[in-house]
Amino acid sequence: MPPFAAIQTSVEAGVLTITLNRPDVCNAVNEDVCVELGTALRMAQREDAIRCIVLTGAGRAFCTGQDLKELARLQREPAAGTFDFAALLRQRYNPLIVRLRTMEKPVVAALNGVAAGSGVSLALAADLRIAVRSATLLMAFGQLGLVPDCAATLTLIEQLGYARAAELCFLGEPLTAEQALQWGLVNRVVDDGDLPRATQELAGRLAALPTRALGLTKRAFNHAQNATLDEQMEYEALLQATAGRTADHREGLEAFLAKRPPRFTGS
Amino acid sequence: MRTALDYDAAMNEAIQGELIDGIGAVRINRPEVLNVINLATLEQLVSTLERYDAEPAVRCLLLTGSERAFGSGADIAELAATSMVDTYQRDSGAAWDRLRRVRKPIVVAVSGYAIGPACELLLAGDIVVASESTRISFPEVSMGALPGGGGTQRLARAVGKACVMDLLLTGRAITAREALAMGLVSRVVPREHYYEEALNICRELCKRPPLALQVAKQAVLTAYETTLSAGLSHERNLHYLLFGTADQREGLRAFLEQRAAVFVGR
Repeated sequence: MPPFAAIQTSVEAGVLTITLNRPDVCNAVNEDVCVELGTALRMAQREDAIRCIVLTGAGRAFCTGQDLKELARLQREPAAGTFDFAALLRQRYNPLIVRLRTMEKPVVAALNGVAAGSGVSLALAADLRIAVRSATLLMAFGQLGLVPDCAATLTLIEQLGYARAAELCFLGEPLTAEQALQWGLVNRVVDDGDLPRATQELAGRLAALPTRALGLTKRAFNHAQNATLDEQMEYEALLQATAGRTADHREGLEAFLAKRPPRFTGS
Repeated sequence: MRTALDYDAAMNEAIQGELIDGIGAVRINRPEVLNVINLATLEQLVSTLERYDAEPAVRCLLLTGSERAFGSGADIAELAATSMVDTYQRDSGAAWDRLRRVRKPIVVAVSGYAIGPACELLLAGDIVVASESTRISFPEVSMGALPGGGGTQRLARAVGKACVMDLLLTGRAITAREALAMGLVSRVVPREHYYEEALNICRELCKRPPLALQVAKQAVLTAYETTLSAGLSHERNLHYLLFGTADQREGLRAFLEQRAAVFVGR
């Protein structure tokens, strides 16, 4: 990985940890964060040795979404009334969300603290979420007179159902980690000091699984959003044909028959 | 003159031809330029397809590029260096007319970039299998040019007017799924399977009576050329024509006798 400033990266045992690194502004997202995150995710997709990605934040917050000071500046420059919000989303954010959702390896969001606005959207674009007990999720868009973006209107309805999604987005009240767990929005809640260990344990397990099959499973999940029963089963059949040719499938089968634990390589 | 079979040996050429059990498989192979289709490549491509078309052992044709790029556009430098008089005298676009006269079915396996002339090749094909990663675009107008290989005419006959105008005038790239919804491609499959799927279609076509395939292709293409009544009349004559083939007799008899038909191509 190249030297980054707005994010930090580290690789250990097949797990790439990407840490949003603007703790003084609660990891608000500016242009640098988007560019660096895009680069890191692109490299992660290409690097076979990386078999799981963890997204987390430095300091007390996970991510508080768009940097509002930057936003205010963008709306003034070069002249008031020329700012293109749609272009900001299309160019900066949407490719990141697509990259997370189509990344053919598991992505874990480790919520070390508050997630707000598109920070929640980023967490929702991951496959699994693990949160500290003190973490909160805040759909702050409404308070700013804005619409939830970065696919949050889709992912929230998927994961919460309509009524809860509407409550979260309309009222803009912080959702506690415990409540998020009950609602099925996060997979695990751990004590505050326990996040690094719990994340490492979860990510380590994911990184030791048949990465190719997990990636294809993700693809099937994405496909299911626009498919009929027949289309989805045909799609599964083709993906299974691909998975059936992987070394990890052979290893899994051999290990099962030999009654020994499998050793997957991700290929 | 080289025969189609000689192309099997020419593996390092921009166009690779390979005969696979009755399938004339043709691959655009210029990985160093993501399969840019210059005039020489187009000429070689059409010649190869024509040779396989003329080869009795070949039942159908398969056209593909690479997973990253079916074809990433024209050779812009070549076009920039070509004057109006050059292009008129050379009439390089005539290759497209020859492509239209290929009688055997052409199955196209497309993945990655399909830009400009590559899209026109796709439009000249009969059955198009696209990988999910396919991105189709016509950038010609954005450069002050026009698709010259049938792009405007075939596209207008393949999809609705509003979609044609959107594609041609804005140069917007569309995904495989959008192309499927527009009727521009026949099937969309995961990228690991687009070639295999196309090959399987070819294998199926190889089992079918070759004359019926060719006549059916001719009849469908006529629909784009003529009025409904002339087209229906043409279809009826072709329908009668097939009564004179051994394969039609055999196909009907085999159905009645509940056995697999054996087609001889006569």
